[in-house]
Amino acid sequence: MKQTGPLLITAAGGFVLIVAYFIPFAQNWGELAAIWFDILAAVAFILGGGNLLKTHLKRISDRARGWGYSGVVVVSFLATLFVGLVKVGVNPSAQFPDFAWSGQYRQMGSAFWYLFQYAFTPLTATMFSLLAFYIASAAFRAFRAKNVEAVLLLGTAFIILLGRTFAGVALTSWIDPDVWAGFAYFTGLRLENLTVYIMSVFNTAGNRAIMIGIALGIVATSLKVLLGIDRSYLGKD
Amino acid sequence: MSSSLKGKGSAKRSIAAAVACAALFFPALAAGQAPAPPSGLTARDHSWDNGTRIDLQWTASADEATLRGYVVRRRSTVETNFSVVDIVPAGTNALTVGSLNREAGHLFRVTALGANSLESTPAATTAPVFPTMEWFDGTRVWFLFTLVLLCGSVVAFIVLARRGMPLTLRRIAGLEAVDDAVGRATEMGRPCLFIPGINDMNEIQTIAGLTILSRVAKTAAEYDAKLEVPTSKSLVMTAARETMQTAFLTAGRPEAYNPDSVYYVTDEQFGYVAYVQGLMVREKPAACFYMGSFFAESLILAETGNAIGAIQIAGTAQPAQLPFFVAACDYTLIGEEFFAASAYLSGEPDQLGSLKGQDVGKLLVGAGILLGVLGATAAALTGSAFIESLVNFFTGTMLT
Repeated sequence: MKQTGPLLITAAGGFVLIVAYFIPFAQNWGELAAIWFDILAAVAFILGGGNLLKTHLKRISDRARGWGYSGVVVVSFLATLFVGLVKVGVNPSAQFPDFAWSGQYRQMGSAFWYLFQYAFTPLTATMFSLLAFYIASAAFRAFRAKNVEAVLLLGTAFIILLGRTFAGVALTSWIDPDVWAGFAYFTGLRLENLTVYIMSVFNTAGNRAIMIGIALGIVATSLKVLLGIDRSYLGKD
Repeated sequence: MSSSLKGKGSAKRSIAAAVACAALFFPALAAGQAPAPPSGLTARDHSWDNGTRIDLQWTASADEATLRGYVVRRRSTVETNFSVVDIVPAGTNALTVGSLNREAGHLFRVTALGANSLESTPAATTAPVFPTMEWFDGTRVWFLFTLVLLCGSVVAFIVLARRGMPLTLRRIAGLEAVDDAVGRATEMGRPCLFIPGINDMNEIQTIAGLTILSRVAKTAAEYDAKLEVPTSKSLVMTAARETMQTAFLTAGRPEAYNPDSVYYVTDEQFGYVAYVQGLMVREKPAACFYMGSFFAESLILAETGNAIGAIQIAGTAQPAQLPFFVAACDYTLIGEEFFAASAYLSGEPDQLGSLKGQDVGKLLVGAGILLGVLGATAAALTGSAFIESLVNFFTGTMLT
């Protein structure tokens, strides 16, 4: 019964939404389902917040490895929650000037806004910036010429990278019909044109093949979930 | 004589100046007459749609040969001014106007647009036309046909598999390595880490990821390995707990299940990445599984895992992230392999049958590509209007 209920809800919801896609009278049912999901997800935020506190307070209590970080998490979480809920530093809105809490919690100059602007945004940007270094280290490993395939990959990557720089364009700019009329047949070999050709033909073809496989996989997986054939996400192997 | 000539020249110059001014301010005078108007404009509700389209048809202008096109205008009964809907080329005498409000009636006007940019008097509809909603959206009939064909083949092969039809699958190295990875972690006395992506439960990739978690958790339970699942969505946490609990039960070790090993971190993408990266550096898991929907965090996580020497298996249906996983992980489940994991790992005939059904889908897609390419080539080589209309029907109606 523990599995039957969710399975029935999944199947009913899924099939109704599929049918609704083809019946104009029911086409807003999808939006309705999305709203229901948003409500569920909003309620789940409380569940998530509770779990976050529980997990990190337990780590602090157990003095687990890295418990200091948990302390930072708990303090940051509670401080942000407090300034957001109490609307610290928020001026009343022009519409309701007599009510102290009538302003937006994200109002410019509020404590929440300061936290978002000067703590959260720089931290997020820092994490994202790390990606540049990881791309460099991954590229170094991926482009090692170990075998024929790796050499092909390296050569292609070299052309693409070079073809997108000014230096790449300048390197093959001499393949110009104005220099010699016969070059008119070879302009496709200019690095910027080769780059476009590789990206729009080889890369697009490979990408589409993967996309077709993914689309078919999604159809089959969705069908298995709706028919209750695949219940492994509920724990059944 | 000379003065008279001078006078004539002056008069000519005055007339020329007047004509130039008139041409500047009244181009119609300079450029000629407006074209003859179209006639017999009719507007009808578009059949088998969701009540947002009206079909227009008119009889061509007598000056059709010299026209630039026709300007179609519309106003609803609640509006006062007509607005341009479309300008269609000469030779066109029908148009389907879409994105209409079905609560209001709509009036239309069509004018002929001459080569001199002058518009004719309009042909107009006299009574407002209301778009009506049908019970079935006919514009999606080919999509329904394709869906029925694909789903039908999946169901057919499931039925055949149940009846004992032998099915063979190619070996998927990434899935074969799941047990080895958990076993390695057990031997090294280090935990396993499972990341179910950063999307919520309404994403099919997250569900596919949880099906693999089921197998990883079962193996971890059998080997008595520690498995940690930090999630970025609380609904995923709840679902992953259910998955793990049942997997431990299936493995015969329900007492080993620890609900605290599945926990919520944050919804914020890079906050989640910061936590998981820190966890990886501190705990040094021996096996890392990335199964779900990933974005920019894919490479940050996989490179960190690579740096700590973990065996890494990834699976995603985000094409942009696949190269990153391929570069940094030991095994990567690419697209359809990721969705095939559940069937592959379970080995159940029902699920294996669904994979064969997918193969039929691939055959259909392949045949479609081949026919389309051959048709377009034949149309270009022969110039046949019939073949071109077939190709246009295939690409413009069946595939849209």
